[in-house]
Amino acid sequence: MVITKGFQAMQVRSIKDLEKIRQDYSKRLYHPEGITVNIGMASCGIAAGAKASFEKALERFPEGPGTEIHKTGCLGFCQEEPLVEIFGNGRPRVVYRHLSKDKILDAIEGYIQGDFNKKWILAQIRDPRSLLEEDMENPLAEIKPIEGIPFLEDIPFYNKQTKIALRNCGYIDPDRIEEYIAKGGYLALMRCLLNFAPPEIIKIIKQSGLRGRGGAGFPTGIKWESCAKLDGERYVICNADEGDPGAYMDRSILEGDPHSVLEGMLIAALAIGSNQGFIYVRHEYPLAVKRLVTAINQAEAYGLLGDHIGGTDFGFRVKISTGAGAFICGESTALMASLEGHVGRPRAKYVHTVEKGFREKPSNLNNVETYANVPVILLKGAQWYGNIGTEQSKGTKVFSLVGKVKNTGLVEVPMGISLREIVFDIGGGIPKKKAFKAVQTGGPSGGCIPEQFLDTPVDYQKLTELGSIMGSGGMIVMDQDTCMVNIAKYFLDFLKNESCGQCTPCREGITQMAEILADICEGNGKESDIRLLQELAAMINKFSLCGLGKTAPNPVLTTILYFRDEYEAHIKDHKCPAGVCKALFHYEVDEALCNGCHLCALKCPQEAITGEKKKLHHIDQEKCIKCGICYNACKFNAIGIQ
Amino acid sequence: MTETALCRTEQTIEIDYMELDRIIGEEFNNDQENLIMILQAIQHHYNHLPRASLTYLSEKIGVPISQIYGVGTFYSSFSLEPKGRNIISVCLGTACHVRGGARLWERIQDILNVGPRETTEDMRFTLEPVRCIGCCSLGPVVKINEDIYSRVSQENIQKVLDGYH
Repeated sequence: MVITKGFQAMQVRSIKDLEKIRQDYSKRLYHPEGITVNIGMASCGIAAGAKASFEKALERFPEGPGTEIHKTGCLGFCQEEPLVEIFGNGRPRVVYRHLSKDKILDAIEGYIQGDFNKKWILAQIRDPRSLLEEDMENPLAEIKPIEGIPFLEDIPFYNKQTKIALRNCGYIDPDRIEEYIAKGGYLALMRCLLNFAPPEIIKIIKQSGLRGRGGAGFPTGIKWESCAKLDGERYVICNADEGDPGAYMDRSILEGDPHSVLEGMLIAALAIGSNQGFIYVRHEYPLAVKRLVTAINQAEAYGLLGDHIGGTDFGFRVKISTGAGAFICGESTALMASLEGHVGRPRAKYVHTVEKGFREKPSNLNNVETYANVPVILLKGAQWYGNIGTEQSKGTKVFSLVGKVKNTGLVEVPMGISLREIVFDIGGGIPKKKAFKAVQTGGPSGGCIPEQFLDTPVDYQKLTELGSIMGSGGMIVMDQDTCMVNIAKYFLDFLKNESCGQCTPCREGITQMAEILADICEGNGKESDIRLLQELAAMINKFSLCGLGKTAPNPVLTTILYFRDEYEAHIKDHKCPAGVCKALFHYEVDEALCNGCHLCALKCPQEAITGEKKKLHHIDQEKCIKCGICYNACKFNAIGIQ
Repeated sequence: MTETALCRTEQTIEIDYMELDRIIGEEFNNDQENLIMILQAIQHHYNHLPRASLTYLSEKIGVPISQIYGVGTFYSSFSLEPKGRNIISVCLGTACHVRGGARLWERIQDILNVGPRETTEDMRFTLEPVRCIGCCSLGPVVKINEDIYSRVSQENIQKVLDGYH
């Protein structure tokens, strides 16, 4: 049953009430009658075809006993989507990969009959409990696993992960609050309401060492404390304006486990003394908004949001506001201006938003992933949390491991793990036997880290020392085919478009840097340009008003620092070694490698490639638009970059 | 705004003031703080922000038209010009970029013979860049209306486009 606005459910007044819901609903999660099918239906799953699979499965098995079809969030291994988990009838829990609409019925029907269709299995699950359910016995303890199929917990993509923020993603239906409660949800809130004074909550968060997961890494407990000290009305705000291109953990949490964010906000509100919360979500995430609305309605129905929460005097309401496509609105002061219905322009932070933010009132702003960590810290304790991670960076961080890497998806790892472990162990290295070139972290404010620093442990400090930042957790892997000058230009073009325009160093400075980079990419670079870029970078960094401008030169500075040879090749030799900048290379057929398979000629949209089958082919440079289709299509590496 | 687009706006758009009242009053309580969301609802209804609706909104919630114009032009999701029947959003996020998003973006411009944020003559498509829709594992990603396509290539994009009229 999906609860809509105004529906009244049982009012949660005690921990016992939560326990009762947990008893009722953990059956569906662990011991269903018949077969249960969980289909990963976050945006990524849907993009890979999960919706069609879901509809097909539901049509064949409409609601009812025997076989139940459910939707869940994303298990993280987006590359293998649609991901479908099937369990029940005393059989092992199996995760299938790439279950498109053509395969899903065969997989379900096979499972019912005891034929597991091993070739479609990604892995089987050894233990489906989350870290908040260790008081319960492993429901799979008595079940005989399938021989010859690896466990999910052991496969390289998962075996180094520790799931705290992503604990429920992919395991529960995000539209059912009862399933969140069954996984230990809202227990932390009830404990805080009934047993902890607000200063105690803040103390635990401070001791845990939790730092903001949105970018800057400010200690969360200290932020809460400064907000709690002030008088009058104050607000708890969630920054869900996940703007860094290449990062999508917040989307996944909101779509897969929205209640974890609501519970984190509720605890923050209780600690700070706030009665009104806001979630600012970017408009590019319509599904996240939809699931949040449902989550808020459900929490209100159970008395976990609204007035008299849990039967106490504490009241808290949450409003969702959507952005309208402005990267700068991820910056705190711009976000709050946007929440007020204004243009999202940042202001100078002589007075912090904790003191004077939204509506000029004290405002505590944390990011989605930060809030999702909070309930776990309160249940497991600050010390437990502090044992994960490094001295200065505690806990885990979710990274979106994407780009030129074999296994792409969301990975949640303890701080301190090395970049090499993430890219090569979890990510499986670079596809198509290409060479690793760099990993880009921190979005447009971050930098590109080359191979010699791959053994660096990942934490806030270490990444900053390398000239990059942790940022919100985007991790984009680049291989030999990525031109680092082009990447620097890409980020500067991005920032040029997204600069709000009110301060001159950022508006004009970034534009100038982008133009110099464009010149270099077009073969019009001058030897003095590198120096000029560095000077401009120093000026922009020093005099810009907000974080966007201050960090904007980072992608250029790190690429000059680590890949200066590529800049020089562009400027002095008029060559783009990676074959990206169109003015500086051309494709040629390698006489020794071409066997005349004719594939390139068939694929060329310009009909620029000629040659008879089994004979050497030739590219007409006049017709070639350098789209790269032939380069990617050739199985014999016979198309070379000159 | 180009002249033809302006003509299209003024000739074909009739404002449904009952619906505007419903959006502004009932859905968003005439609240100035909800300006961005009201504009989104209007754009959802008309496919762009018709001029007459903005002047009406200005009076209704007491926000100067200059400020509404500021908001309407600051945020990239708003359009003052009518858009095509199908909106193509090509993801130019970093993950899509390193996997060939930029060349795909050029290819679509070639196929449709339009530039960024332009609409085809027959109003069939409007082409827009989008900076990451959070499906980075499956890039390059293209969104057409509400449908998301993953691992789109220069070779299969034509087939995808053929599905929209």
